[in-house]
Amino acid sequence: MSSITSSGKNRAHERRRLVKDRVFAWVMSVGGVIVIVAIALIFLFLFYSVAPLFQAAKVGAVTQFDVDYKEAPLYVSLDEYKEVGLQISGGGSYQFFSTDSGRIIESSSLNFLSGTKMSSFAVGALTSNVIITGSDDGRADVFKANYTISYPNDKRLVSPSLTRPLEGQELVLDEKGVAIRLITGQSTEDGVTVLGVSEDGSVNLVSAVKESSFLDDTGEWVIERSTLSLEGNQISHLAMNVDQREAYLLSRDGTLELYDITNKTSPRLIDRVKVVEGSVRPTALKYLSGGLSVIVGDSQGNLSHWFPVRGPGDIASLRKIRSFIPMNSGVADIAAEYDRKAFGAIDRKGNFSLYHATAERRVFSGTLGTQALSEGIQFSPRADAITFRAENGSIGMVEVHNEHPEVSFSALWQEVWYESRDKPLYVWQSSASNNDFEPKFSLTPLAYGTLKATFYSMLFAIPLAVLGAIYTAYFMSAGMRKIVKPSIEIMAALPTVILGFLAGLWLAPLIERYLPGFTMALLIMPMMVLLAAFTWAWLPSRWKIIDMDGWEGLFLIPILFIGAYLSFILGEFIQIYFFDGSLTHWMATAWGITYDQRNSLVVGIAIGFAVIPTIFSISEDAVFGVPHSLTQGSLALGATRWQTALKVILLTASPGIFSAIMIGMGRAVGETMIVLMATGNTPIMDLNIFEGFRALSANIAVEMPEAEVESTHYRILFLAALVLFLVTFMVNTVAEVVRQRLRQKYSSL
Amino acid sequence: MTAATVSFCLIMVFGLLGLIMFEGLGHFWPKNSVMLEMKSANSEVRYELGEIVDRETVASEQVRALGTFVPEGQISVDRILLKTGNRDVVGFDFHWYATTQFTSLEYPLAAFTAEREEWGNFYGFAKDLEQEGQKLNLGDQLWPEIELRLDRKNELKDRINHLQKKEMGKVNHNIERLRLRSKKLDLAQVGLNDSRYSEITQERLTWDERYQALNLELAELYSEMSRDTLVVSTAAGQTLKLPFSTLINVFQPNRMSVLEKLGHYFMKVGEFVFDDPREANTEGGVFPAIFGTVMMVMLMSVIVTPFGVIAAIYLHEYAHQGRWTQIIRIAVNNLAGVPSIVYGVFGLGFFVYIVGGSIDKLLFPALLPAPTFGTPGLLWSSLTLALLTVPVVIVATEEGLSRIPRNIREGSLALGATKAETLWRTVLPMATPAMITGLILAVARAAGEVAPLMMVGVVKMAPALPLDTNFPYLHLDQKFMHLGFHIYDVGFQSPNVEAARPLVYATSLLLVVIIIALNLTAIIVRNRLREKYDSAES
Repeated sequence: MSSITSSGKNRAHERRRLVKDRVFAWVMSVGGVIVIVAIALIFLFLFYSVAPLFQAAKVGAVTQFDVDYKEAPLYVSLDEYKEVGLQISGGGSYQFFSTDSGRIIESSSLNFLSGTKMSSFAVGALTSNVIITGSDDGRADVFKANYTISYPNDKRLVSPSLTRPLEGQELVLDEKGVAIRLITGQSTEDGVTVLGVSEDGSVNLVSAVKESSFLDDTGEWVIERSTLSLEGNQISHLAMNVDQREAYLLSRDGTLELYDITNKTSPRLIDRVKVVEGSVRPTALKYLSGGLSVIVGDSQGNLSHWFPVRGPGDIASLRKIRSFIPMNSGVADIAAEYDRKAFGAIDRKGNFSLYHATAERRVFSGTLGTQALSEGIQFSPRADAITFRAENGSIGMVEVHNEHPEVSFSALWQEVWYESRDKPLYVWQSSASNNDFEPKFSLTPLAYGTLKATFYSMLFAIPLAVLGAIYTAYFMSAGMRKIVKPSIEIMAALPTVILGFLAGLWLAPLIERYLPGFTMALLIMPMMVLLAAFTWAWLPSRWKIIDMDGWEGLFLIPILFIGAYLSFILGEFIQIYFFDGSLTHWMATAWGITYDQRNSLVVGIAIGFAVIPTIFSISEDAVFGVPHSLTQGSLALGATRWQTALKVILLTASPGIFSAIMIGMGRAVGETMIVLMATGNTPIMDLNIFEGFRALSANIAVEMPEAEVESTHYRILFLAALVLFLVTFMVNTVAEVVRQRLRQKYSSL
Repeated sequence: MTAATVSFCLIMVFGLLGLIMFEGLGHFWPKNSVMLEMKSANSEVRYELGEIVDRETVASEQVRALGTFVPEGQISVDRILLKTGNRDVVGFDFHWYATTQFTSLEYPLAAFTAEREEWGNFYGFAKDLEQEGQKLNLGDQLWPEIELRLDRKNELKDRINHLQKKEMGKVNHNIERLRLRSKKLDLAQVGLNDSRYSEITQERLTWDERYQALNLELAELYSEMSRDTLVVSTAAGQTLKLPFSTLINVFQPNRMSVLEKLGHYFMKVGEFVFDDPREANTEGGVFPAIFGTVMMVMLMSVIVTPFGVIAAIYLHEYAHQGRWTQIIRIAVNNLAGVPSIVYGVFGLGFFVYIVGGSIDKLLFPALLPAPTFGTPGLLWSSLTLALLTVPVVIVATEEGLSRIPRNIREGSLALGATKAETLWRTVLPMATPAMITGLILAVARAAGEVAPLMMVGVVKMAPALPLDTNFPYLHLDQKFMHLGFHIYDVGFQSPNVEAARPLVYATSLLLVVIIIALNLTAIIVRNRLREKYDSAES
């Protein structure tokens, strides 16, 4: 009663207590939810980072330029920042224009030297910004667009100019003076090479190389020429690669010829194949970036990828590597990207598609805009825009968002036929020094490496841990168990970096040196133990002064030592007498088995060591938890202890042991430092226990810090992390559910 | 049979610990110098001086394949690995010698070992001292004089270090601060004749002066230090001059008594624990790595404890105990088994690039494009590891909470306490042992993790400790060194693995000792507190 009638101060105190209670509950709930959300964030963030890989490309807003032109454009290209465009018209005039206003920066004519008319026109390698023209009197000329970048007032300014790499040197392609119908060529620092077909059907090759003199800057142009054929009337497309070593000639009937033009005076035909069947006509031919392979389009809309493949006897032959999802109607034009192996194609009806060659993937299909003509498409240098020629003679530019065309299911997990390889392979090679390198993002060899590590480590860990657990939980005396369990659990606390270091720098050389000894130990040590057991069993009982029951483990330690010592002595003996002193060397010469010092065996032992405590501890709990009523019942019915262990305990505890193995496996899959340190980290696929591998986790650790943020490589590494996350999470969940079931079963018994 | 597997596991555990202990501790013991006498085919006599690092027995074939002579009929050969040092003279400092190669093996008393700032150890014989190029011809008095002058050099070295690290560091810090201030003014677009600019220039001038003064002082100390030179000869008879400024320690191992060796041993251990690394981390101490590890783990504990405990209390006391809570519980439990590298990837992508990048844009625009928080660093490492270990704390705390008998809660509630009071006054104190266990297990795990740290903040060589006397004292954005990464880096990335190996063993030993000590502390603390509350219960 007194508390009710007491003063308001007390009531205020009561209220304060209630408020405190609310606040406390509120803080706890909010905090708890935040932590759980933060944990969930890991998963979401990994997804968020990986998702863009699988998104289709998008084509954005169209801009049209009404450049003040007199003739319709023949060709349009852009600088790296999409600030300045270059258009060349059929009449031979050119304009540089600004892409935001359409203002003309520079306008002139290409043929200001010769005064003749342009009869053919071609573009060199995209990155070189080179244009080649053929004239109606059989001559060729080369132009190069230059974009100089300066930063006056901290603002970027692109100043374009058109130069002539030939410096006025005349290049006669057709010595008879016949007009050039079709032309292609390349110009680099090393020189200029031009290939052309004249109206009369002769196919000529001419090159100009500047031999600089030692005394001053001047030099002399050395011209070399040859005629490939006189019957080139059927030729419809030409292409030459950037290093001026090979050229493709495509005829209307579908014959594709590949010439080796390394020697400009005597070109050599490498191979001739038919690229289309029946009445289908080839309609487009383009080199992909890097100049190692070509894409051929035909009148039915098919697109195929070709490159020469070295066969037996080092003879190259042209092979169709893959074909892509066809276009709706005949292919009108193909445009290749500057750096990546991606290309776009437009068909006669104006449909536009984006593909990636290595990934064999179509990333976009649609139209560029109603105004687009079915020809003359061109990528911007960073592949973030495409220019096209519009119906009314103006120029169109459309934005492209195509960040990750390289990724597809087949590129990640299946065999891929990469350029200049002789067969489809699984390869992981994420980067190289040059820009137009074909990245090889096959996760298969990495996943294989992870599985290999897991397999060998489980092979080592499961027998040791599970048998050890059964003995500790069931046979061992309580006194010894008190020591054994914590000491094995201390193993779990050992940092894996130390295990990796010991495996890589101590165990690996040791195994290489004493390989026969290690192999012998596998046989001799169990035999020694069995021998000891039998001897003990046969020993007359009065000799058994000490009671070994439950302490066998301790007494076996010296026996194991003797066994190990014996096997090493024997192994050394065998090595010297049978294998010329070194088994590893002998294996390589006699059986052709390569031996890496840091191999799967070493990793298996080291990771096995790391997961033993996990498996041991959980399965020991499971075995120890088997209700006594079961074992007592079994023993009472006359079963021996061994029978009970095998038929009752193992059977009842098997779900627990299973989940222990699963959890151990989860640890082995994600182990990073050991695989990083104890293998050679080469991404090969081989079951050989004496060879190394590269695991997913080690790959992430090695490449992640160097990967460019938000690049395809970066996101693929995130994908690898996501795969690891999902696999371990799933394995652990299954194990956890099994364990909970088992716990319920035990409590019901 | 099953017993044998247990024994095998035990052998492995203790064998491994023993190996690390043996190799790690043995490294600091001063080894005797041996001199090998060798006769080549044309009966020229050659001497080689060094320490024996390893010995083994190999098949004769292998030795013959290397071009060494072994008599016919001999099947196996003993050989020794000699650390010959003198990398500046001969280029490589380890060599195998088969016993058939040398004619005698002795321990010359006069031989001495010099530890140097660069080029590794020197083995040879001391001849004389030079002071400013003048020979002193000391004869018998040579060794006492060497020790005196070495002490003098070490004193000078200490003063130089103090000047460079403390005084110069402070000056540099202030100059950098001024630069930032002026850049901030630039960004704020105040007029150039603003008074703040002149203030900065004024202050800048004083610091510049101070810098010049320090520089002069340093130059003087350096010239003082390079006064003395030790004249030595190698075993092959070549005479060399070793400037005292490059010497760290000089001793004659074959003359030392066991007691002296013991003294030397403890000096080396002290150097290992408290000194900075030298020669691309292959020599010297690991103090910055110890410091970095401890700092990172402490920060991580500060982050992980409250969050882990709050999450556990929420899950166990406040959340509705239904199917969802059960699923969350299993998920949290399983997160402890997710590979640490995944957390590293997350830390790099989310903390460093996204959060760090945004912080830079908002708070440090003056420093861009050089990133402050948008690059791996101490804070992000701690956060990543906190995320990695939070499941451990949650699971342990929840287990502790669930062990508290129902009647204690009900008793408290029945006496009129609110839920918050019950938790705060009775339940939480009783669950403290569990929480502390969780924390210590988290710390033990964090201390040994390397893979995620490689992405979010460790470096092989940090120029400064993340804690110093310059504002804001604790530099969360700095990169740091870590014992585990040190092991990986020195063992696998260093140019001279053979020379670095003993140091890696010693570092491993240190790390193992720290982690096992933490684990044991966890067990002891838990038992203590459990006893305390057990008695309180009854």
